[in-house]
Amino acid sequence: MSRKTLTRRQFVAATALSSTALIAAPYVRGAYAASKLSIGFWDHWVPGANDASTALVKEWGEKEKVEVSIDYITSNNKKIELTAAAEAQAKSGHDILQMPSWWPHAYSENLEPLNDVMEPLIKQNGAVNDTVKYLGQSNGKWLAVPATPGSQIKGPCSRIDLMKKHAGIDVQEMYPAGSPPKDDNWTLDTFLKAAEACQKAGVPFGIGLGETTDSVDTAGAIFQSFGAELVNAKGDVTVKTDAVRQALEFYKKLIAVLPADAPSWDDASNNKWLISGRGAMIMNPPSAWAVAKRDAPQVAEQCWTHGFPSGPKGRFAPFLPYFWGVWSFGKNKEAAKSLLVHLSSPAAIEKFVVASGGYDLPAYANMTKFKTWAEEGPPKGTLFHYPDPYHRQTLSIAASPAPPKIAQQIYFQATLTKMALRFAQGEKLETALAWAEDECEGFMRT
Amino acid sequence: MADVVVEQGRRVSSVRARKGRSLRNTLGRKSTVAFFLTLPLILLIALLVLYPAFFSLYLATLNKAMTKFVGLGNFTFLFKRETFWMVVKQSCIFAVTAVVFKALIGFIVAHFVHNIPGKKQRKWRGMLLVPWVIPPAMSTLAWLWLFDPSYSAFNYTLSFFGVGPIPWLGETFWARFSVILVNVWYGAPFFLIMYLAALKSVPDQLYEAAAIDGANWWQKIWYVTLPMMRNIIAITTLFSLIVTFANFDIVRILTSGGPLDTTHLFATWAFQVGIQSSDIPLGACVSLFMVPILAVAAIFILRDVNKRGNEA
Repeated sequence: MSRKTLTRRQFVAATALSSTALIAAPYVRGAYAASKLSIGFWDHWVPGANDASTALVKEWGEKEKVEVSIDYITSNNKKIELTAAAEAQAKSGHDILQMPSWWPHAYSENLEPLNDVMEPLIKQNGAVNDTVKYLGQSNGKWLAVPATPGSQIKGPCSRIDLMKKHAGIDVQEMYPAGSPPKDDNWTLDTFLKAAEACQKAGVPFGIGLGETTDSVDTAGAIFQSFGAELVNAKGDVTVKTDAVRQALEFYKKLIAVLPADAPSWDDASNNKWLISGRGAMIMNPPSAWAVAKRDAPQVAEQCWTHGFPSGPKGRFAPFLPYFWGVWSFGKNKEAAKSLLVHLSSPAAIEKFVVASGGYDLPAYANMTKFKTWAEEGPPKGTLFHYPDPYHRQTLSIAASPAPPKIAQQIYFQATLTKMALRFAQGEKLETALAWAEDECEGFMRT
Repeated sequence: MADVVVEQGRRVSSVRARKGRSLRNTLGRKSTVAFFLTLPLILLIALLVLYPAFFSLYLATLNKAMTKFVGLGNFTFLFKRETFWMVVKQSCIFAVTAVVFKALIGFIVAHFVHNIPGKKQRKWRGMLLVPWVIPPAMSTLAWLWLFDPSYSAFNYTLSFFGVGPIPWLGETFWARFSVILVNVWYGAPFFLIMYLAALKSVPDQLYEAAAIDGANWWQKIWYVTLPMMRNIIAITTLFSLIVTFANFDIVRILTSGGPLDTTHLFATWAFQVGIQSSDIPLGACVSLFMVPILAVAAIFILRDVNKRGNEA
């Protein structure tokens, strides 16, 4: 066996070369290693919005010489959640999978840490809100990257005419397009009075009390406005507190003026309620308005999306971010990370926002003032306050700040709406609280 | 010594010949051919039914994070949950009520159809089978629109009579009524077709004899039709009970288990707990609870069928 000896000069030259290669193109080595990448993206319901994702991915693929395949997976009937569960079990699947809010924590053990992607992105795009940190981070480790497509605030979408006529509230004046909101009087008390007035006038607010996300998100923001937590950040059950009692008393009054069948509403019901012209307000991202533009233009031109009313503990708005996760068992992780950086660049984010007609919301602080939100209409400026451009609200998610794996169960078992509904339907306050406490104790399983 | 060898040689060859013949015989037997013909299906069932069944048993013994074996811990946990017992009760109400109504409607309509002569009967049979042949997810969506809070066609029609609006899916009673109604609508044609086949196999002479004995309409049904159809009724009921107990799509589409979990069945609650709340072991555990309940029903019904078979 012959052995070639390495001279000192050769050693220094080889080391210098390899170091240069590593520093200059840290991901390229990995990205080219397999040269194939498969992605599972959420199937956007805004027509044409998927094209923006496809174009951006194609642009990156051509530049990096990576063959990319994309599957657009619908969120209908929890198809994304089923896909994530199957891939996590099989330890095989897409390299990048777009996941709804709670899923990064649910699969934290199977996700590649993305601190090396997120830290430069935060420097570039601005800080992310606390809800994104709460859902996307675990013990300082970034589990996934917040995705612009699909991320949304479920704030009020009001009928300008009906609110003015029946509740005496000019929502355009309160939330003027292009200027900061004059929302000091927009409190939960004002909101409740408006709800009562609109119900008397035969156009009740369309807020669901079912078990799907729209119903739970609204309940979450209202509970947080009272400082009501069922389980605190440490994981202690805190159901029997004055804050929870206050929130329930408020909800009881609100339920009395909501449509009789609100307990059966799903995420489509409130959209239909607004589009059919039967209600003065719903809590939703602008998808209902976008459908109204097509199907009921006379309703759409009276819609105005704005901020949440404030409660004793602040102004909270439900924020539901989507995430892009990279499986730890993926075959081309470095290429996946490179693509996520590309999809999170300011130019790419703006493309997503434009393609979705302003529906998609970036999670970064510096990305809330794109032209799209100012210009979309009719009426022009209807979406200006949708991304909370003046940061007047605390963007939050129902059941937080409980540890995410417990909060996910409170959220999907709709404990908040069920508890409120039990109380409103005649159950004693303490009985409803005892029921919720028992439920939460059941969610502590590890 | 040599003789013995020859003898042994003969013996060996004759044994070989016998073995060859017996293999040919075995392969030639009808039962062996049948076994080989069904082998692909057996393998398919093993792969798609037995493997998932055992895998769900395994999953049900893990902790929430699926990292530790907890034995029957998940089952004992479920026994302490109020919602679980509510789901057990609701599944029983749903399955029993729906099966009773399906059987009753199927029985009555089968008699009507049986009495329609010739070609017309074929048309009616075809039309009445429509609910059963439409994929339930699709037909349930149509029902959802009929019950819809904003656009309910039922409420619109009722409003002309000064009735309603009825919260079809918003109140416990009406929500349970609605999911059972859709299940009955979907499943009654199955009973109809089975009962119709059974009715056709009842010999006319029995009715003639009963008529000569002076039996009235009701007595003919009680003493002739029902005893002749007992086995079909039992098997159909068992089959439908299993399918109805395991129903998922109707409840999932119409109510998602609401209001206040009062329409959840085993399958829909298992989905909510297992997939939506990311507690797959507990979800597996919930779905496994259907097995003992259905097994008890199956034992009783099949034992009864067997007994009558032996008597015959």
